[in-house]
Amino acid sequence: MTAPPPAGVPIIRLGDILLTGLLDDLDDKTALRFTEELTERIADEGARGVVIDISRLEIIDSFVARVLTESAAAGRLLGARMIVAGMRPAVAITLCGLGLALSGVETALTAERAVAALGWRRDPARVHGSRPHATR
Amino acid sequence: MRPGEASAVDAPVSPVGFTESTHPVRDEPDLLATRHAVRSAAVAAGFDLVGQTMIVTAASELVRNAYIHGGGGTLTISAIGAAHGRRGLRLTVADSGPGIQDVEAALTDGFSTGAGLGHGLGGTRRLVDEFAIDTEAGRGTTVTVVRWVT
Amino acid sequence: MATEDDLKVRDLLVRVLREHDAEILDLWVRAQSERAAVTALGERELRSEAAGVIAALREGLETGLPVGDVVERHAPAREAVVRLSVRRARAGVDPTATALATLALKDTLLDVLREHTDEPGALFSAAITVNRLLDAAGALTFASYVEGREEIIRTQHRQMLELSTPVVRLWRGVLAVPLIGTLDSARTQLVMNGLLEAIQADEAPVAIIDITGVPTVDTVVAHHLLQTVTAVRLMGAECFISGIRPAIAQTITQLGIDLSTITTRATLADALAEAVRLLDADFPDMASERVRSAL
Repeated sequence: MTAPPPAGVPIIRLGDILLTGLLDDLDDKTALRFTEELTERIADEGARGVVIDISRLEIIDSFVARVLTESAAAGRLLGARMIVAGMRPAVAITLCGLGLALSGVETALTAERAVAALGWRRDPARVHGSRPHATR
Repeated sequence: MRPGEASAVDAPVSPVGFTESTHPVRDEPDLLATRHAVRSAAVAAGFDLVGQTMIVTAASELVRNAYIHGGGGTLTISAIGAAHGRRGLRLTVADSGPGIQDVEAALTDGFSTGAGLGHGLGGTRRLVDEFAIDTEAGRGTTVTVVRWVT
Repeated sequence: MATEDDLKVRDLLVRVLREHDAEILDLWVRAQSERAAVTALGERELRSEAAGVIAALREGLETGLPVGDVVERHAPAREAVVRLSVRRARAGVDPTATALATLALKDTLLDVLREHTDEPGALFSAAITVNRLLDAAGALTFASYVEGREEIIRTQHRQMLELSTPVVRLWRGVLAVPLIGTLDSARTQLVMNGLLEAIQADEAPVAIIDITGVPTVDTVVAHHLLQTVTAVRLMGAECFISGIRPAIAQTITQLGIDLSTITTRATLADALAEAVRLLDADFPDMASERVRSAL
């Protein structure tokens, strides 16, 4: 191995929100680089919210779960609210079995809902909410 | 293992549609490759989506443990059959690392285990029907799990 | 190791199976048809099945496997015998009639051998070989018959579970599962799976589990309820539990079960009202669409 390749996970900026998504064949190195890059972007761009779309993830093991909880915790320290969106049913059931409730991580059914919950809307007059879970 | 149930950890490999394969666990790409191998075996064995997800996740946990704590090893996937036409998958993950000093501690999990002991083995055990661990300090660790198609 | 005699007998058997296969087929199918219990299968099906078994046995003998192992170890022979047996199990043929099917093949083979062999010594060895070959088939028939029945029972059990856990749409964005009976881990997984898939399909923000029909809530049931709620929340929806009768509320507190992280209500109606309030507050889009559709 020579120089590390650039992180494979694109992070898109949407106003003061960062929008990103994880793909299924996420390897450990990419995942760790992703956390670093995400945290730096939150700090650099003063993001207020982060949405991570995980609808493509076919499994979440304890490693990926840790990547998610740690990203959320780091984001929170920097003043950004992070929402994980689109977890598949089978993945949710398996995570419960593993005993990982992703405490401290907000969830939403879809990325669109998550973005809306962060207040980024076509019609700014209304305010949306997401369901914080497990911590309540 | 459920009480009162005979162990199928040693069940013979099913002669119907015989499959058994061994995969190396040496580096990071192997972590993904083994996951794919378990996924295909689970599909072939007839697991539903939840069953597939559970056994692939269990494999991912065990293989990563072998890679990180055991310095690498092997994963053996066996399609097994038992009396009454049950079908299932047996995964055997073996490493020749330092072994686990305190198995009980490794199996009890706080709801989320951090780094260090714990290794998520307790969680992995809940994803499978049968779980056996063979470890000795200095001699490595072999974890064998079985999940049946429901 | 096979002796020369063994090889000769095997050759004889293979030759008879090849040259007189039509005759063996006819006799075997007739022997089976005479047993009323098998008629459910139909003559054509019986014939093609029998032809498959005969051909697979012959090929198995030709591979040179020990005679007693042909059925177990020659995969096509094994599959043919298993299929024969499982098909009977599914058709409701009783186990005796199923075992007799393979025994009838033994008689048939011996009859045909007798007709085409003049040498008594050879006939005697051939009879032993046929016995060895088909005793294994008899044992396998019985085992697979039991497996076939077990499979049917499992399928029916699963279907019954699925039938007993429907997910209903109570309101736009609100799903409900009325649970009836108790919650073991198999059922919990089915309920979870059904509910979570419905939540995904409907993009429903709220789900209600109604336990009016659950006789008792012990620590195991409570644990399963908590798991389901956790899974729903991981998906990004909220989950309420309704139908908690006074007696159950008392049991829950006496057992020291902590359901404080879950929104619980006495009745399904109360839970629905709460769900609608939550939708109005957090998902005004859904609320306005609801009003539009009502107009």
